[in-house]
Amino acid sequence: MNDKEIIARRIAQEILPGSLVNLGIGLPTMVAQYVDQAASVFFQSENGVIGVGGFPEGMENPSLTDAGGSFIGVLPGAAAFDSAFSFGLIRGGHLDMTILGGLQVDEQGHLANWIIPGKMVPGMGGAMDLVTGAKRVIVAMTHNAKGKAKVVASLAFPMTADRRVDLIVTEKAVIQPTKNGLLLKELGPGCTLEEVISLTDATLIIPDDLPHMQI
Amino acid sequence: MKHPLSVTEAIALIPDGSTIMIGGFMGVGSPLNLIKELVRQGKKSLCVIANDTAQKGMAIGLLIDAHSVNKVIVSHIGTNPETQRQMIAGELEVELSPQGTLAERVRAGGYGLGGVLTPTGVNTLAADGKQLIEVDGQSFLLERPLKADFALIKAQQSDYFGNLRYRLTAQNFNPLMAMAAEHVIVEVEEMLPVGCIPPDDVHTPGVLVDMIVKSEAKA
Repeated sequence: MNDKEIIARRIAQEILPGSLVNLGIGLPTMVAQYVDQAASVFFQSENGVIGVGGFPEGMENPSLTDAGGSFIGVLPGAAAFDSAFSFGLIRGGHLDMTILGGLQVDEQGHLANWIIPGKMVPGMGGAMDLVTGAKRVIVAMTHNAKGKAKVVASLAFPMTADRRVDLIVTEKAVIQPTKNGLLLKELGPGCTLEEVISLTDATLIIPDDLPHMQI
Repeated sequence: MKHPLSVTEAIALIPDGSTIMIGGFMGVGSPLNLIKELVRQGKKSLCVIANDTAQKGMAIGLLIDAHSVNKVIVSHIGTNPETQRQMIAGELEVELSPQGTLAERVRAGGYGLGGVLTPTGVNTLAADGKQLIEVDGQSFLLERPLKADFALIKAQQSDYFGNLRYRLTAQNFNPLMAMAAEHVIVEVEEMLPVGCIPPDDVHTPGVLVDMIVKSEAKA
């Protein structure tokens, strides 16, 4: 199982039946593959649809894409709407969960994922609204990038929102940001505590009971 | 009754230097024929308000490639390296607005509001230069309304009154922009007789639409 699959499978376990969930582009989109179909989860794409599901091979509709511009399918019972309504869902407390990628998360649980000043300026798109408004924010990211830790004491890049994210899931660990700091909840498959500590540039709160991810 | 104009006639009405809103999300729901005609007629110094600049060589990206634009107000430019290049080279001013905020600013412009208060962006770079307002103990940014000289939008169907029906995720910013511009030009896939779009299905009432252009090809 590769790193991304570990992350996607673990996050899928966090999704409650019947909830409304927004998946970011890339790794977060993979999560949908591992969610039980019977759970009747509603996936939103912020460009204006609830009910994303199934790949429309051979039935691509040029007027039906996700926020990354990829063709999508929708399930019976789907609904389409304009951008103000879509972000009303997000900001107004109607979105149960958002799953986003990250560049860094710090000890306060702040996420940076929209700009590397002077290097990469993609813009925030919907990320600021999603992190501000969703009831639960889960960050899906690899534990390190080019040998550098992504869970850090303080952010090197501008933060996405002044809100503590609810969970960080990497291939090495599940970490829950709390008001007292970053609580290590689980270790990745085959990972040791020493390995996670050495690959993390932030102080972790280590509980007595530290299970491995069950995936 | 509004009879469809040619794309050439409609775009000829737009002066250089205009502020134009363009519907669409990564090109989906963008009026592609209107955009191509802006380029063909060599428009200059436009200010474009849109969700994104699509990709190089595609939809709004064509206007960026042609250097028709001085300023964009958008939520995202990550998919268009040319926009980023022109921004870094100082050829193009880019104002980034969070996507939900951008939608609300356009809505506020069209609905006659003095702005909107949003929690999005508080204590981030997006708050720079903006007024922070506290309501019942919670902090909000005052985001100003956006208006335009022209809105270039795309709909699936129009009748001869200009009543519009959008389709699926091609709706996005189009109905908001139809309210927020002095002149509204819509590109449509299909023209229908008046009455063929039931009142409950009209997304944008025809009174808001000034000019209709029929798509030349399925876009």
